[in-house]
Amino acid sequence: MINTTAINALLTAMADDALIQGHRNSEWTGLGPIMEEDIAFSSMAQDKIGHAWALYKIMQEELQGGDPDQFAFLRNEKDYKCCHFVEHPNGEYDFSLMRHFLFDHAEAIRYELLQQSSFQPLQPLAKKLKGEIKYHTLHANAWVSQLCRAGEESHARMQSALNTCFPLALGLFEPGGEAEEILIAEKVYPGEKAIKEIWLDKIYNILSVAGLNLPAEKDAEPVYGGRKGYHSIYLQPLLEEMGAVFRTDPAAIW
Amino acid sequence: MKTNGLNMVYYKVRKSNSFAPVILKVSTTADFGDRTKFSNLQDYQNNHSMYGGGYIFDEPNNRQLKEEQIHDDPEKLTEFEDRISRGEKIEPGDWMPSEYRRQLIRLIEQHAHSEIIGALPEGTWITRAPGFKRKLALIAKVQDEIGHGQLLYNAAETLGKSREAMINDLLSGKSKYSNVFNYPAETWADVTVIGFLIDAAAIVNQIANSKGSYGPYCRALERICYEESFHLKQGHDAFVELAAGTPAQREMVQDALNRWWQPIMHFFGPPDKNSTHSEKLMQWKVKMASNDDMRNQFLDTYVPKIWDMGLTLPDEKLKKDEATGKWDYSDPDWDLFKIVINGGGPCNKERLDVRKWAEEHGRWVRKALMNPKDKISAPVA
Repeated sequence: MINTTAINALLTAMADDALIQGHRNSEWTGLGPIMEEDIAFSSMAQDKIGHAWALYKIMQEELQGGDPDQFAFLRNEKDYKCCHFVEHPNGEYDFSLMRHFLFDHAEAIRYELLQQSSFQPLQPLAKKLKGEIKYHTLHANAWVSQLCRAGEESHARMQSALNTCFPLALGLFEPGGEAEEILIAEKVYPGEKAIKEIWLDKIYNILSVAGLNLPAEKDAEPVYGGRKGYHSIYLQPLLEEMGAVFRTDPAAIW
Repeated sequence: MKTNGLNMVYYKVRKSNSFAPVILKVSTTADFGDRTKFSNLQDYQNNHSMYGGGYIFDEPNNRQLKEEQIHDDPEKLTEFEDRISRGEKIEPGDWMPSEYRRQLIRLIEQHAHSEIIGALPEGTWITRAPGFKRKLALIAKVQDEIGHGQLLYNAAETLGKSREAMINDLLSGKSKYSNVFNYPAETWADVTVIGFLIDAAAIVNQIANSKGSYGPYCRALERICYEESFHLKQGHDAFVELAAGTPAQREMVQDALNRWWQPIMHFFGPPDKNSTHSEKLMQWKVKMASNDDMRNQFLDTYVPKIWDMGLTLPDEKLKKDEATGKWDYSDPDWDLFKIVINGGGPCNKERLDVRKWAEEHGRWVRKALMNPKDKISAPVA
């Protein structure tokens, strides 16, 4: 019997990351630099929010969790476990694109590994999600490469976006302490550090082909706190907006 | 090294542009401003119908085209008109009168603008949509609208005007979009009214246009109508949920209906009796149905559905004349319609400001994409 508290913590963090990243992606609707990117970010928003929904459903069905809508839209800020990286506003397209690149490579690796999870309900989901995220990483790779080769301004923008994003992105792999140790021992997943090492190798290769310098991990101050419920200033307003209609009557059907 | 300086630039840019999501919300609090200011502006033409309303805004200065019109070869013109009367489609490389080309560009371009501007009022509610089901449906729906814009710009490009030129004309105010999107979506119920009734009205118009004479436009419309029928279903579903919901939800949807009714009545354009009816455009199958006929078709299908749900519409005269099959209604305020078209609506400025933000802040991306000498030389994945 796998430790329910530990696995709940992992699934909540994964689902909240997907939900908030999806929310941010959806904010590009109508504002993209070209219509094709509007459509791409909308597509990814739907996938991310769908991933979050699927994870909340697993928690409901397998771990005695609450109703996914209530759980996703009505918790207090401190009960969310997303990292600061996904909470940050979209800013300019360069920040959003670089976040998408770094986030989706981490997701791809995480779900790749979760296909072998000892927590059975994650296996089919991981397989399905990995298939979808493949297209997200292909999209990010193509755009990062293209913009890095298209001249000084766009290259400079991508490098500075990478510099800004990198410490935040390390927050994706915030150590989970004792709960994480249990999950590793139970072979639910290989742990955050293992995912991060594969991720660093993967992004290093793509970024160097694009001519970008990946900042050294040892010099970066990872932005942690999200997994413990300590969030950036950006999460609370986002949650107020997300639950604004739902909260007017949570018992009603919308 | 050099990254320090670049970081500063980066932060400055991000900081100065952090207002993007704020712009999206300004629309809900905008007021009408000075209604009289625009009343002397260029007269609108009202001899067409389109997604966004019953007019195609005429572009100034078409002297050049008039010259060309004189030179339209009479034999070719006869052959062209014969083809249309036989029900053939005109394709991009085919000979066509310059006036036909001009009218079609205006029609399709304004339809395309209406799709991308039309994505904005509903788009502001994506982040607030209540629950996973509604949220995912709304993102997908708004995404489709942008996709329709893309299809339509492509169709218009086959006639010789580039997407960039069309978007420039949108931003400068030279080219118009549907009047209905100059009103704010104030509550969640507004989203359901738009998704149900505005989409329904658009479908009436687009099905008529899909039987027109220009091949690329017809094919784009066929796909658009297919997708719109799903939008109508999701809009109807969300609308019914409120209409059958708690007293507060019912009140919310009734209020939205009251506010949107006049813009919906405006949607198909001024009454036929006021139109300078264009025989030529009907003959060329550019215009496929009259404004009043489409409005009547819409009322006939949807008013009974609304009444069946126990909701009311803010027009005491609204009633079907069983003898003629025509609906009677109070004339909506057509002066207001003109004012809104010409920039005096509650959200005209906000809508264009959002598009301008996207154009300005996306410029470096588009510029980078157009750099022809830097092609990707290594595999990206």
